[in-house]
Parts: sequence; C-alpha cells; structure tokens
Amino acid sequence: MMETIRRISGVNPRKCMKCGKCTASCPAYDEMEFHPHQFVDMVETGRIEELMQSKGIYTCLSCFACVERCPRSVEPAKLIEAVRLAVLRQQNENHLTANDIAEKLDPELPQQAITSAFRKYRK
Amino acid sequence: MTYSYFPGCTLRTKGKELDQWGRAAAEVLGFALEEPENWQCCGAVYPMAKDEIATRLSSVRVLADAKAQGRELVTLCSACHHVIKRVNGDMQRDADICDKVNRYLKLDTPYAGETNVLHYLEVLRDRIGFDALKEKVVHPLTGVKIGAYYGCLLLRPGKEMGFDNPENPRILEDFIRAIGAEPVIYARRNECCGGYCTLENKSYATKQVDKIMDNAKAQGAQMLITACPLCMYNLKENATNGLDVKYFTELLAQALGVKEEAK
Ligand code: SF4
Ligand code: SF4
Repeated sequence: MMETIRRISGVNPRKCMKCGKCTASCPAYDEMEFHPHQFVDMVETGRIEELMQSKGIYTCLSCFACVERCPRSVEPAKLIEAVRLAVLRQQNENHLTANDIAEKLDPELPQQAITSAFRKYRK
Repeated sequence: MTYSYFPGCTLRTKGKELDQWGRAAAEVLGFALEEPENWQCCGAVYPMAKDEIATRLSSVRVLADAKAQGRELVTLCSACHHVIKRVNGDMQRDADICDKVNRYLKLDTPYAGETNVLHYLEVLRDRIGFDALKEKVVHPLTGVKIGAYYGCLLLRPGKEMGFDNPENPRILEDFIRAIGAEPVIYARRNECCGGYCTLENKSYATKQVDKIMDNAKAQGAQMLITACPLCMYNLKENATNGLDVKYFTELLAQALGVKEEAK
C-alpha cells in the first residue's frame, strides 16, 4: 500500500524533516484528526489503513498552503490526495453519490463547487 | 492583440458577471478574447495524482488549440487558471504524463507545453500595464477602500503558478490603485475560503470566511474583490456578517465606463 501511495503521489515522505510548518499553515487543522506533518509521518511508517479510515482525507481543502511552505518540498497535499484516491478507487467506496449531491444543492452554488466535489469525492 | 480565451463552465452560468464585464473591459483596453470551439470543462480541481491522464485531457486540448492558433491562452476563473496552468507545467516537465497524454490525444503535432497561459490580471499587468490602464479610467472609484481577496488557486504553489509572490502578493492591490480606489492590506487575503468543502458542510466554510471577513473589516475594508466564483459563493453565502463582494472585472468595467452599456 505504501508503494501505491508513493506511486500515485510521486512524493517521497522520507524527505520530511518534521518541522511542522505544514501543520502550522493548515486551515483545516481542526477538521483533520491527523494533521499534515503526522499524515506524512504515517505514510512513511506505513500506517496507511488508519489514514484511509480518517475523515481528514475529505476535509483537506486542497489549499496548497502546506505545499507552499514546506522547506523540503514534500508536498503533503499530494499524499492526502493519494490516500483519498486509494479509498475511492476501491469498488463502491464513493464518498458522495449523485443523490447525496442533489440533496445538498443550493441554488446559488456555482458549477465549479459541484464539479470539484465530484472530482474529489467519487470515481 | 488577440488571445485564445477559456471561460470555463461556471462563467457561463453562476459566474456570468465575471465573464461579461471582463469581455466588455477587454474591448475598451484593445484586446480580443477568442473562445476555441468545443472547449470542455477543465475539471475544476487540478489532478494531483501522477497516474491520472483522463482528467488532464480537456486542459491539453484547449492548450494545443491555442498553440495551433499561435496565441497565448487567457483564463479568468481562478480555478480554470490553476488547473490549466499546472497541467501545462506537467506537459513541460513530466515526460511520463506528456507521453501518455499525447498517445491518447493523437494530435497532428505533439503538444509539450508550448502555449503560454495568462490570467486576465496578468494581461492587465504585463501586457497592458497598470499605468496605461489608469489612463483609460473615466470613472475612478475614488475613496473606496477595497480588500483584495486572493484565496489559494491563483497563488499556490508559487513555483508552478508564477503569478505573484504567494505570501505577499500585490497584483490585485496595484489593480485597485489603477482604478482609483484604495487597497486595504489584511493578513488573511490569501487564506482558503473553505472551497468545495461547503458542499458537505456549510459551517466549515463559514468558519473560514468569518475569519477572513473579520480581518478585512478590522483593517478598514468596505468591500472585497475576487476572481473566483467559488470564493464569491463562500464569501457571500457563508459569511455571518460579511462585506459586499464583487468580481474584479465588474469594478474594472465600471471604472472604464462600460458597465451600463454592456448590460
Ligand atoms: S492542502 Fe490540505 S493539508 Fe495542506 S494546508 Fe491546505 S487544508 Fe491543510
Ligand atoms: S513542512 Fe515539510 S518538512 Fe516540515 S513537517 Fe511538513 S512535510 Fe515535513
């Protein structure tokens, strides 16, 4: 599994020097049970299953603050995306279905939000 | 000057004003925006996974079309810009992605990231020039205190977007000065609005935009401007007690005196 995550993301978690800058920058801090620096560490040590079960893979905002500020170019957001994809690519593991989305539609919501959510939450 | 122009889906529907006023202003400023035929949605989020090819194809199609026309490609929506610019970077730098995309598309001439991608604001800064823009302003927005809201997608990752200093940008502030108004600098102007997470949880977005609004208000902003329809939605619909928010193109058209005629 670790290899799959590394292949999808193209990220080498061993480059991380555990400085915590990514976590300090993360606007999703309160919504992610594993903060970006922990996420990187858990990929490195092979705790992928726990990450796959975590809700943080859906609450990461893909804001790229962690990517921008990491002094080692680790790109934590890419690891989060890769773990989410590892879940979604399994059968029947969509996080949101078309019906869920229909329920949540607000007339003002731009197409961009719906397309993004489809791309991020289902395969 | 004629540019290829990718409006994207949202500018056809909920984000019409961003497009409409951008086109009206372009006419006054003397550049033409030509849409390629049959463009498709960019997908709204950049595919970070290296093994995803299908989600990169619509961007490459429009990039290759601009190359065939011999034109630069202009975008206006922050999300489209982010996706197309980064996919173009993949085509330049990632041999594996470039190879797979080309094999899939079977274009007459292979595409390897030759097209230059510009955001509309970059056209104003780098092609027109803010000084020249200022000279064309007929209704300056004198005395209006405007906070620039950048969000994430235009700026980050700075190395790939090459748009402005990602930690201390100034392009929107320079724009605000050019249309005669007063920019208000506030720390959270490049913090995330909550993005697509509003779909599952509006209160999550509310938490993000309230911090942004409180910060902008404390610094004295009377309104915010943005280039992103999803930021617009979150700032307008999810803020508890927010400021007015406008697309930067609307203020541009107003300053250039074309806002009424264009309706
Ligand atoms: S991309 Fe995700 S993990 Fe990184 S700073 Fe933004 S919200 Fe946090
Ligand atoms: S900022 Fe980079 S180096 Fe520092 S903890 Fe995060 S991933 Fe590791």
